[in-house]
Amino acid sequence: MTVLHDMDDTADPKMRARDVSVYYGDKKAIDDVSIDIPTKFVTAFIGPSGCGKSTFLRTLNRMNDTIPSARVEGDIELDGEDIYSSGMDVVQLRARVGMVFQKPNPFPKSIYDNIAYGPKIHGIADSKGELDEIVEKSLQRAGLWNEVKDRLSESGTALSGGQQQRLCIARAIAVDPEVILMDEPASALDPIATAKIEELIDELAGRYAIVIVTHSMQQAARVSQRTAFFHLGKMVEYGPTDQIFTNPLEERTKDYITGRYG
Amino acid sequence: MTDSAIPAGEAPDGQPTRTAAFEKRLKQRYAQERRFKVFGLFAILISITILFVLLGNMTINGIGGFQRAELQVPIDFSEAGLAGDEATLGQNNAVQMLEMQGLPQIVAFAAEQHLGAAGASQLSEHAWRQVADEVRNDPLILQRTETFWLPASGDLARGLDDEGSPQMQALAAELANAGMLEKRFDWGFLTRSDATDPQQVGVWGALKGSILTMIVTLALAFPIGVLAALYLEEYAPKNRWTDIIEVSINNLAAVPSIIFGLLGLAVFLTIFPNMRSAPLIGGMTLALMTMPVIVISGRNAIKAVPPSIRDGALAVGASPVQVVFHHVLPLALPGILTGTIIGMARALGETAPLLLIGMRAFVATPPDGFTAPATVLPVQIFLWSDEIDRGFIERTSAAIIVLLLFLLVMNALAIYLRNKFEKTW
Repeated sequence: MTVLHDMDDTADPKMRARDVSVYYGDKKAIDDVSIDIPTKFVTAFIGPSGCGKSTFLRTLNRMNDTIPSARVEGDIELDGEDIYSSGMDVVQLRARVGMVFQKPNPFPKSIYDNIAYGPKIHGIADSKGELDEIVEKSLQRAGLWNEVKDRLSESGTALSGGQQQRLCIARAIAVDPEVILMDEPASALDPIATAKIEELIDELAGRYAIVIVTHSMQQAARVSQRTAFFHLGKMVEYGPTDQIFTNPLEERTKDYITGRYG
Repeated sequence: MTDSAIPAGEAPDGQPTRTAAFEKRLKQRYAQERRFKVFGLFAILISITILFVLLGNMTINGIGGFQRAELQVPIDFSEAGLAGDEATLGQNNAVQMLEMQGLPQIVAFAAEQHLGAAGASQLSEHAWRQVADEVRNDPLILQRTETFWLPASGDLARGLDDEGSPQMQALAAELANAGMLEKRFDWGFLTRSDATDPQQVGVWGALKGSILTMIVTLALAFPIGVLAALYLEEYAPKNRWTDIIEVSINNLAAVPSIIFGLLGLAVFLTIFPNMRSAPLIGGMTLALMTMPVIVISGRNAIKAVPPSIRDGALAVGASPVQVVFHHVLPLALPGILTGTIIGMARALGETAPLLLIGMRAFVATPPDGFTAPATVLPVQIFLWSDEIDRGFIERTSAAIIVLLLFLLVMNALAIYLRNKFEKTW
């Protein structure tokens, strides 16, 4: 059963998914999921491994297009626009819906070029000065500016894991997206780097709609305002994070939260 | 309360790693490791020995190939009355001009004066051309007496090697004792082309032919190979057809090179019948052979680019073509270059297919373009090794050294480029 809460902050959702099913070949990975992603809040997807939360996340900016066997049914809208319609340009969509991956994946280029790449290909900056400004602003928002401002020409891959991940977040911010999708952004990092990423998510939440997939229930509880629980390809429950963690409506959610499985 | 109370096979202190059986196995394991190391070392030693024998033999023989027997001829130009200054000698017809003024006779006369009639008769008939070249380079020679070292005839050169007729050996010994005949380093070997006389041959024609052929091969095989690899890896759907294409390309890489020569003969020479033995046709034939190697290595290099880099670029809104040209290709380039160089090195040393398309002709002038008749280094080596004149043996070794050096330069360039483009992620 899918539970949808009528909350005032989802009255005008940033993204809206209706009856979304995803198939890998004949296998159904996501079964009939409907969800509203609110603007300027953090939404967390939790659930056991293989429950489809990452798959669903990747449908939100059509990253599943790169998998030839993947097929998406149902409607997903961004500001009321169907992102799977023929009128939606996927390049433009991904500029509006950015993504940060599980494993930090900076380009093997300089720190500066990592950030500048997105603005360059979209023609956002008109001059070198403007580009410099975007790079600085993005790095500042990602909380990395002070650490790297003296070595912008060094390779992005020379940074530590946590710094690399913040670089990837800065890279996503640089094209000024409306939504940022994060696929377990801290699972490859140590606790200190994780704490920094979580702080960063908190700061970014006021500016962007953030959707985060996480294995860690503590992390979901710490950073998110909305939590959706996925199990076996279905969304079991979706509601305010407080409620999901303290007073879930579904038995399966309660079992998962209390560590009975997963 | 003795050790006999403990069951057999178990150590006194109960630790399984202290039993005799365990220690024996441990010893065997170390022995095995040592044996393996010795075998490996042995294999390396054998290959190094073979390499050194090959290179040593080649160098010892080849050094002689860079030398030739030359006769000392001092010419006093101040009395010869040759006219010429920088302006007139800079013109294209300067050599003819000097010939008309009697330079060949002047050289012959000076040789006779210095070497005697018998020695002068063994001066190579083209010796005066070398004098003419040096005069063109430095017109001031015409004001003074200059000593030239001019090529001796093939007969006299054989005499210097204690071969040929006894009279020639005696003459050679006499001239050598007087310091008028000696083996001198022959720079001209690198600037002249094929000839019938081993005293007059050079590798420049073949080297230039090789360079032109390689340019054609690279220009065709590299873009086609890389684009094919990119398409197969990045765009092509994975179905039965692409499987068939993949198998075909792998088979193509294993086809004996002479088959490609037949293909070149049948197809290219039918389309361009007037271009027998042209670098263009040779390069096209070798490109057929090199392309599958580039495709295979290119595909592997592209496959090795981590998908996370592609994802990262797609996620900031790069189009598939931008992903390929901004990220995948630069990261795959070192691997593609390595494969290309392996393919090019193979093509450079290839002889069989070029024989079939007519590149075994005797070409005495360096090719002046992609469509001019030419030969290539390995074919030149093959042709010289077939000559009966003894002087060609050393020349053949020298040409092999030139070929190996050319290969070395190509490989060094490849390693330089690979390191330059190599990035870590």
